This record gives sequence, structure tokens and C-alpha cells, in this order.
Amino acid sequence: MLKKTLVLGVALSFFALVTVGCGGSQGGYIEVRGSDTMVNLGQHWAEAYMDKNPETAISVTGGGSGTGIAAIQDDNVDIAQASRNITDSELENAASNNVEINEFVVGQDGLAVVVHPENPVQELTVKELKDIFTGKVTDWKELGWEDGGEISVYSRQSNSGTYVYFWENILNEEDWADGTKYMSGSSAIYEGISSDKAGIGYFGVGYVDSGVNAVNVGLSSGGPFVTPLESSNIDDGSYPIARPLYFYVNGTPEGELLDYLEWVLSAEGEKVLGETGFYALTEEYIDINNQTFSQLGIK
Amino acid sequence: MAKISLSKRSLELGKCRNRQYWREWFVLRGLTLSGLFAIAIITFILGFLIKMGMPAISEIGLTEFLLGKRWMPTSPQPGYGALPQVLGTIVVAVGALVIALPWGVSTALYLSEIANSRVRNLLKPMLEVLASIPSVVFGFIALVVVAPAVASVFGLSNGLTALTGAIMLGVMALPTITSISEDALKAVPNDYRDAALALGADDWQTMTKVTLPAAKSGIVASIMLGFGRAVGETMTVLMATGNAIRMPLKEYFGVTLPDYLSSVRTLTATIAIEGSDVPWGSLHYHSLFVLGALLFILTFIINLIADIVLNKGIKGGN
Repeated sequence: MLKKTLVLGVALSFFALVTVGCGGSQGGYIEVRGSDTMVNLGQHWAEAYMDKNPETAISVTGGGSGTGIAAIQDDNVDIAQASRNITDSELENAASNNVEINEFVVGQDGLAVVVHPENPVQELTVKELKDIFTGKVTDWKELGWEDGGEISVYSRQSNSGTYVYFWENILNEEDWADGTKYMSGSSAIYEGISSDKAGIGYFGVGYVDSGVNAVNVGLSSGGPFVTPLESSNIDDGSYPIARPLYFYVNGTPEGELLDYLEWVLSAEGEKVLGETGFYALTEEYIDINNQTFSQLGIK
Repeated sequence: MAKISLSKRSLELGKCRNRQYWREWFVLRGLTLSGLFAIAIITFILGFLIKMGMPAISEIGLTEFLLGKRWMPTSPQPGYGALPQVLGTIVVAVGALVIALPWGVSTALYLSEIANSRVRNLLKPMLEVLASIPSVVFGFIALVVVAPAVASVFGLSNGLTALTGAIMLGVMALPTITSISEDALKAVPNDYRDAALALGADDWQTMTKVTLPAAKSGIVASIMLGFGRAVGETMTVLMATGNAIRMPLKEYFGVTLPDYLSSVRTLTATIAIEGSDVPWGSLHYHSLFVLGALLFILTFIINLIADIVLNKGIKGGN
């Protein structure tokens, strides 16, 4: 009996401590989950925001856009970061859970197609990319590199928004090449390509570093072949595989969530975006966001 | 008088036997019940997997799952062939065992028969630390250390191969195999060793002809557990093997052999990759449960084979 009371007492006081700890700070907690492409960006945003607003705690985790979108459909997170659009069936599923999804464009990403630095192939058309990733072209010889050998194709795995975007826009939903290596993250692809001379893969331009070479991509063999490494090429739409990055929230954002969202879209948030290797919103996207805000009656 | 006291005594004895009888009855039934409970849980798990997989099996057909080679569930023309993944799982796990078995058993022999207590007390905890390293750390080591090494040794463009996965899983299965084998070896009575030595056997003969066969059942159990770990391991293979869906077979001199130098994907890796974002209730969702059931049946068959081998061995020994 004594023992029981003791245990209960300890448990109660622990509980009290925890509750006081939460109540005392007056702050909120924002949980962010989703795109692996955006994990790094999300963390930088969160850190910069928490520096200014120490009473707010923000946790950022990855897992892939699909993971984030799956979580927001069940209202398990505050923000789902996604590097692809939410699909109609996901919206329907959310609606059946009484979740009203709102979409905000928070940045842009050029999708870099990367090869080993010793690979002399510097330019590829969208058609050639499709042939490589669907396995119609299997040897670097066919692309002008005589002793390149068999192409070794790297892809993200299927819960990645980058994978879905690339599959829809480059492969036109055809099957991936036989022997495509499905990697569990952008940095895993980076590790693979930087040590694989015959490798080719893709990831957000923020992950491009000295170990890989981002090829210039053109819409047709006549060019122009455009690099994703210049922000102007993304902003004016001349780089063919750039995509918007999204925040998905449940219902009308308010309180800390609204404050965080507005800060992300502010000049300060944009500065972090640029520093992490992503690109700012074009006028068009800013208009779309403003429309969403006015529809929700925020601005 | 004598008669009365005798009957009294027999009455007491009877009482005593009665109590003991009931005690034994309860213990025996309790043991049986817990054994049955374990069987019930396993049956329940298999039943659950099959029930959840049934919609996919009835729509796609079991032959497609077992013999199909194209796994592309998100495509507009979906394919649900799991054969490359089943073979991939077997190839990687068998490779791991080939590495871990001789290494683990010889380490156990060394620890129990040769090493002095000071060395043993140092080595055994270190082996146990090896078992506690998270699999994601092994995966990362595979990615940045083992894969490039495999690539340069075999002249490959990249090292994300079945061999890399097998090496990592072999290292991960090592503590299990060593630790349990060592316990089994230590449990062999010293009389056996003394008897062998007295008959003129040297240390090596005693070890290989007496101690090792005597500890056989424990060693086989350790191998089964190590193999189970290799088949069920997810994170490390996910990071180490490259996850390409292709048949892990290659012809060498007209004979089809497992291809350890190409990238493979295991059943566990597929479930891990695709399970996190699959739409609930879709055909793809149910097909992942079919993969789970296949994995279950695979381990069951392996355990069954090990069991049969073990029983045969014991009979032969007698």
C-alpha cells in the first residue's frame, strides 16, 4: 500500500512538473513533417525563427512528401512540407477526415540532374533524360562518352515527392530502367554518384556540391541548355525541371502557425531559402499565396 | 494399534501425494497453455497477414506475386511480381550466413575453449556492444566505407550490391551467433573433455570431435537466430544494397548462380520504402501485406529445414 502511494505520488509530481514546464513558457509547439528535399530548409527556417521567438518550439522531420501529406490528412502534424502537389484522392481522403487542406507555395527548387565530375557529358535534353531513366539508353557511348560504360541509374524511392515529380514530368509515368537503384535520400544519391563514374541521378539543387556535376538541361536538341545553378534560370522558367515547394496546413492558420508561415514568406524567410540553395518565389506564386490568404480572410 | 498408525500414515502420505499431484497438474497445464498461447499468436499474425493480403491476392493472383518479375505498383499499368525481391532476400541472407557462420562459431570456440578468463571478459562485452549498434549506423558505414571498398576490389562502377548487404548483415549477425554458440559450448560438461583427453585425444580433436558436436543443438539455434536477424533486417539493407528490382541471378559458364555483384532489393526494404506513404486500403497497400506474408513463410520454411536437419543429426548421432 505504502509502495503504491509512493509510486503514485512520484508519478503525480512528475506529471505536475511536466505540465508546469509547458504552461510556464507560454509558447507553442509546431510540428513539421514531410519532404526530404525540404528537411534541411525547414530546419534552417525553424532555427532562425526560434532564435527570434524563443517561446515557440518547432520540430522538423523528413520521411518524404508522401509521409508528410499522409500525416496532414489525419491531422497529425501542423505543417506538411511537400515538394509535389497534393493529389485529388489525398484531398478527398483529407475531407473525409474533416481536414481542410490549404496550400501555400513557400519556395522553388531546381531539380538538378547530376553525374560524376569526370563524366564529359555536360548537356542532356529532356528526351534523353527520359530514355536514360526508362532504360532505352543504357550505355554512355550512345550519349557521346566513348568509354563511359553502362549507365548506372539512381533514383529516389517512391515515397519521395522528388521521385513523383520526376516520374510524372520526365518519365511520363513509364517504368524505371531495369536495375535502377532506389536510394533512401538525396544525400544517399550524392554519396552514390560522387563515387560512381557511370552514375546519373537527380535531386534538389541545394544538394549539389563539388562531388557531383549538375548537367545543363534543354527542352530539345537545339538547346538552349540551361543550368539549374543560376537562380535567374529558375525564376524566369527557362530551366525545364523546376518545381514549387509547398506547405500544407489544416484549416485556416492562426496564432504561432500563422506567424511562422508569414515569417517564412517574409524577406527574412526568403534569405534563409536562398542560403540553403533554393530559389525565391516568382510574382506568379506570390499572387497565388495572396489569393489564398484573402480567401481565408487573413489579409 | 500398529494397524491404526499405519493407516494414519498412509492417509497422510495420500494427502501429500494429492497436493503434489495438483501442483504438478497446474504447472503442466500452465506450461502447455503458454506454449499454445505462443502458437496462437503466431497463427494470428499469419492469419492477419493473409487476411490483409487477400484482396490483393484475389485480384492479382498468387502466381503473379510468386513468379512475376515486375514490381511497379504505382504505375498506370501496375505490376506486382515479387520474385526478384524474394530471391534478393534469400541471396543477401545466405551470403550473410556464409560470412557470419564460420567467423561466429570459431570466435565462440576460441572464447569458450582457448581464451583465458581475462581475454574472455574483455572480448565478450565488446561483442555485445557490437550487437547494440543501431542498424542505421551500420547502413551509413555500408554507404560510405564498405560500398566504395567493394566497388574498388571488384572493379565495379558502384558498390551498392548484394555483397555489401551480406557483409553488413554478416557482421550484424555475428554477436548473436557467437554469444549463443559460446553459451552452448560452455554448457558442455567438463567430464566430456576430460574423458576425451584421457582417451588420448589432443585439444584440437577434443574440440572438433567432442565439444562441438555436443553443443550442436545450441549452435544450430544460434545460426537460426542469426539468419532470422539477416532476413528481417531492414534499415541496413535499405541503405546498402541499392534497392534495384532485378533478378539477382547471372549465368557463369552456363550455370545460373546468384549474382552478388549487382544491386538487389529485399522484401523488408520494399515494405519499409513503400509502406510509409501507400494510400490506405488500396491494392498497393494490400499487396505489401502479401510481401509480409511471403517473408513470414520464408522464415518459417528456413526454421523448418533447420529443425529437420537438427533432428536428423541427433538421430544419426545416437
